[in-house]
Amino acid sequence: MSPLEQTWADKPGILGWLSTVDHKRIGLRFVVTTLVFFALAGQLAAVMRLQLARADNHLVGPDLYNQLFSVHGTAMMFLFAVPVMEAVALYLIPLMVGTRNVAFPRLNAYGYWLFLFGGVMLFVVFALNIGPEAGWFNYVPLSGPEFSAGKRSDFWAQLITFTEISALIGAIQIITTAFKMRAPGMTLARMPLFVWAMVVTSFMIVFAMPSVMLASTFLITDRLVSTQFYNPAEGGDVLLWQHLFWFFGHPEVYIIFVPALGMISEILPTFARRRVVGYVAMVVALVTIAFLSFGLWVHHMFTTGLPPLGMSFFTAASIMIALPTGLQIFCWIATLATGKRVQFAAPLLFVIGFFFIFIIGGLTGVMLGATTLDSQLHDSYFVVAHLHYVLIGGAVFPLFGGFYYWFPKLTGRMLSERAGRWNFWLFFVGFNVAFFPMHILGLQGMPRRVYTYSAASGWENLNLLSTLGAFTIAVSMLVFLVNVVMSLRRAGRAPHNPWNAATLEWATSSPPPAYNFATIPVVNSRTPLWEQKFPMAEVTGLPDILPTVLVTRLHDAEPDHVAILPTPSLWPFLAAIATTVMFVGSVFTPWAVVWGAVPVGITLIGWFWPDKEEAARMLSIEVKPSEGEARVVALREALS
Amino acid sequence: MTARSTIDVSRLPTYAFGHRSLMWWATMGMIAIEGTVFAIAIVAYFYLRGQSEAWPPSGAPPDLLFGTINTVILLASGIPNHFAARAAEREDLRSVRLWMVTCLVMAVAFQVVRALEFTTLNTHWTANAYGSIVFALLALHTTHLVTDFIDTVVLTVLMFTGPLNGRRFVDVSENADYWWFVLAAWIPIYFTIYLVPRLFP
Repeated sequence: MSPLEQTWADKPGILGWLSTVDHKRIGLRFVVTTLVFFALAGQLAAVMRLQLARADNHLVGPDLYNQLFSVHGTAMMFLFAVPVMEAVALYLIPLMVGTRNVAFPRLNAYGYWLFLFGGVMLFVVFALNIGPEAGWFNYVPLSGPEFSAGKRSDFWAQLITFTEISALIGAIQIITTAFKMRAPGMTLARMPLFVWAMVVTSFMIVFAMPSVMLASTFLITDRLVSTQFYNPAEGGDVLLWQHLFWFFGHPEVYIIFVPALGMISEILPTFARRRVVGYVAMVVALVTIAFLSFGLWVHHMFTTGLPPLGMSFFTAASIMIALPTGLQIFCWIATLATGKRVQFAAPLLFVIGFFFIFIIGGLTGVMLGATTLDSQLHDSYFVVAHLHYVLIGGAVFPLFGGFYYWFPKLTGRMLSERAGRWNFWLFFVGFNVAFFPMHILGLQGMPRRVYTYSAASGWENLNLLSTLGAFTIAVSMLVFLVNVVMSLRRAGRAPHNPWNAATLEWATSSPPPAYNFATIPVVNSRTPLWEQKFPMAEVTGLPDILPTVLVTRLHDAEPDHVAILPTPSLWPFLAAIATTVMFVGSVFTPWAVVWGAVPVGITLIGWFWPDKEEAARMLSIEVKPSEGEARVVALREALS
Repeated sequence: MTARSTIDVSRLPTYAFGHRSLMWWATMGMIAIEGTVFAIAIVAYFYLRGQSEAWPPSGAPPDLLFGTINTVILLASGIPNHFAARAAEREDLRSVRLWMVTCLVMAVAFQVVRALEFTTLNTHWTANAYGSIVFALLALHTTHLVTDFIDTVVLTVLMFTGPLNGRRFVDVSENADYWWFVLAAWIPIYFTIYLVPRLFP
């Protein structure tokens, strides 16, 4: 083993598995975990569809039905849609920007473990029949101390804490890695659009997620220690919850959707065999979407009796966000239309499926953005149809395109194209059969979140159709699963760059070695692998007795210094267990926050405390800023 | 095939201060997150105030004494904090030790007075939404105070025991950045808790 391999290798066995800080191992684990939650939450949906297939059905009772849709929505939003995008990004971004790990590897491990434990908690309490019951947005007073007895809503509130901490950690990783660890020459204007999309998403996470954490903390203290935030009898206000929730909840939709836009911008040019049209316009559109998304939250509250002037503002903002989204769609269409020998492989099929489904969802969104129409359709199946068109069409289809596209990089195996086509068509048809009828049901007045309906309503046939569509989606997911399993068992490895793509993750082997790149490449274009001469040059002299990465300058990515990253450690895992004990304990007693903080503190100190032998090694390669400054300047001059 | 050109980074610094370092970005990320939490909590305070006929409902605002003493101590703690950061950038271990211990002494004083502050708010979190949000604001700030105190204790002990190397000075400098945030966040919170009920009852 070369010193480089030795330095980046994990310990063997279970200890290595628990203590790894490799962004690829953690990222892959993260993706698989979110997919397991996706499958579980999907099965809850299947039970709901079985229940609704017939009028006056008594397969499940009202209480279980409440838990089914609450856990389905909560898991899909907090345990699948947001984290899966971050998980993919935590795997890919270091590869796409040409570095060897994320900026804070141990924090990355901690974020994953915390997410896992939080998600397991949700499904365990559901299995124990004490799952959340007040919907994924958990409105007070329904979720408050008066109407939600027991611990159900407390578990919901703590699930939020778990997942939001994990998401915030991911956001800081992504911003720092993308801004400070890009390969020399990769200026901001050459950063891949997926990386841009994730940076924008991460900033949205930083400013949106604190709102829901605060809201759910207020809720749990109302329930546990009798604060009065949401109690109108004592000066509290139930709409405070809705404001805090949707100030997070609306950006959340874009937090799910913007990464998908980034994936499309990677997949589409590869198969169109040309650079994406309008790179700068795309970046501006992403940033515009992020800003506008913070001005939309009240459109979820049009029926709460807010002042009309405010309503008009939010109507305008809601409709305005269609502009940057439309701009991107036109750029992609232009890219495809001017492409050379466009190859309709499975990843591109999913992207095209996105176009059809998302545009329908976007149009119903513009409809719901108008106060008048919203007042009629609020809380009806029309909204259920709309949100699934935007979320599944806008995020899950591109995500599956992403799976087919990056699967060879992650595993070293190609997925079957043939099965991929079956997967796509079953999903596409099943999706429309399942969700299109819901528009009509909503217009006919079927309210969401009812566990059954009477035969006299005349809703039975469309509901049955919808259920058939849902099961077609289930079959398509089964095809995907079989495709994955068969491909992993098949012999023959995927090449470095099976699609002849242009970005750096395809420059290293599939799957990449622990250190990602044997030497860091220097790049001079947005599509480095399509250049005649790649790499321009190579970085040498990174010390290899410790895990080191090159830190570059924010804007122009000129070499700045060498950062020594932390080594594998069991502490993040232990700290996540301690944090879990504290959070779960606090559902039962507020004192858990006090005694639970002690093990958290101990594990965090253990995590931070430097190892003697490692500190000595650090000292042996240390170059002080004052000693190295001349070299920084010399390199900058040589490069420019 | 010609030999590839290379960039030799072997003599580049192995750590850097301020916005050049990765730790700075982590600290700023934390500050952005926590700053948003404080901002939203203050917005919630004013939102609830808008729902109430009288503010505070009981008519008695929090006593000024301890909160004001604490504001003075906190502002003064900026001085050792500044010198600790400067000493870290010079990598002057003796001064770092001295100023960090001074910071710790002030943080202890601050926490003692903070405990007294909680007893003179003239409300309770169970009383009404006003009491809840006042306690929430103060508790949020106190959480930051306590965590940063523990942070600083650990870092100070490390400065005496080792093992040390250059980049530990970056930690000291970032710890100081975070303290600036805890300090700066207190000013709007002090204004909200103590002055708003007096100036705009």
